[in-house]
Amino acid sequence: MPHPLPWYIAGLLIGLIVPALLLLGNKPFGISSNFRHICAATAPCGIEFFRHDWKRSGLWNLTFLAGVCAGAAIAAWVAPPAPIHLSPRVVADLQAAGVHDFTGLVPREIFSWSGLLTLRGLVAIVVGGFLVGFGTAYAGGCTSGHAIAGLADRQLASLIAVCGFFAGGLFASYLLLPLLV
Amino acid sequence: MPAYFLLGAAFGAVLLEAEVISWFRIQEMFRFGSFHMYGIIASAIIVAGTSLEIIGRLRLRGPDGTPLGLAPKQLGSGLRYVAGGTLFGIGWALTGACPGPLVALVGAGVPVMLVAIASALVGTWTYGYLRPRLPH
Repeated sequence: MPHPLPWYIAGLLIGLIVPALLLLGNKPFGISSNFRHICAATAPCGIEFFRHDWKRSGLWNLTFLAGVCAGAAIAAWVAPPAPIHLSPRVVADLQAAGVHDFTGLVPREIFSWSGLLTLRGLVAIVVGGFLVGFGTAYAGGCTSGHAIAGLADRQLASLIAVCGFFAGGLFASYLLLPLLV
Repeated sequence: MPAYFLLGAAFGAVLLEAEVISWFRIQEMFRFGSFHMYGIIASAIIVAGTSLEIIGRLRLRGPDGTPLGLAPKQLGSGLRYVAGGTLFGIGWALTGACPGPLVALVGAGVPVMLVAIASALVGTWTYGYLRPRLPH
C-alpha cells in the first residue's frame, strides 16, 4: 500500500461517510458529540446540557467511535505507518521549536508517559485535550461536524467555526508552541 | 449497530493510513508546508457536498418518512462558533488531533492520548456546567 494513502483517496473515503450515515439511519457525521454523550452517561450531575437521552441519540455514534479505535488498531497492525515525509521547512521550524524526534506518528518526547511529566507534555496533552473538549462543545462540532459535514451542507455557522479552528491553530502553532521548548 | 462500527473502523483505518492522525501532519498543515491535509479536507467536502445535493434532489427519506439530511445549525450571534472554534483550534494544534484522531491514536498505539481524551471530557463537562453563563 502506498504511504501515505493519497489525499484524494482519503478525502473520497472520508467524504462518503456523510451520505453513508444518512442512508444508514439519517445520522449526522460528527465525532465530538460523543464527549457530550459520555458526560451524560457518566457524570450528568443534573446539568441541563447532559440531560438528553444519550442512548437514544448517541449510542450509534459511540459505536462508530469504538469502530474508529478498532479500525486504527487493525490498520496499524496490517499496514503499519511508515516514517512521515514532512516538508523540510516544517522539520526545520519544528526543530527550532524544540521538537527532535520525528520517527513516529507523534513526537514521543511530548506524547508519552514520560513526556506527560514535562511542562510541554502537560500543556500539549492536558491543556490541549481540555480545549478540544471545551471548544468543540461550545462550537457545537469539530472537524467532522463543521469542517466536513457542515461546510458540505453550506452552513454559515460551520464556516465561522472553521475560521475559528484555523485562527486558534495558527495562534497555538506559531506563538504558543515555541514558548514551550 | 454493526454497520456503524464497521463504518467507524473504515474511518479509523483511513485516518491512520493517510497520516491524518499524525501530530506532524497537523503542524505541517498549520505551517502551510504541504497540500496533503488541505487536499483531504477539500476533497472530503466536495464528495460529501455532492452526495448531499444528490440525496436532496432525489428527496430521499428515512424509514420513518423524514427527509434525509443534516439539521441546520442555529447561527445566533455567531459568538459560540468564533469563541468555541478558536479554543478548539488551539487544542487541535497542541494535541495535533481533533476528537476522531484522538481516539484513533489510542488504537494506533499512543495510549497517553487516553489522558487527552479524559481531559477533553472534563472540558466538555466544564462547558456544560458553564453553559447558562456563556454568551452564544
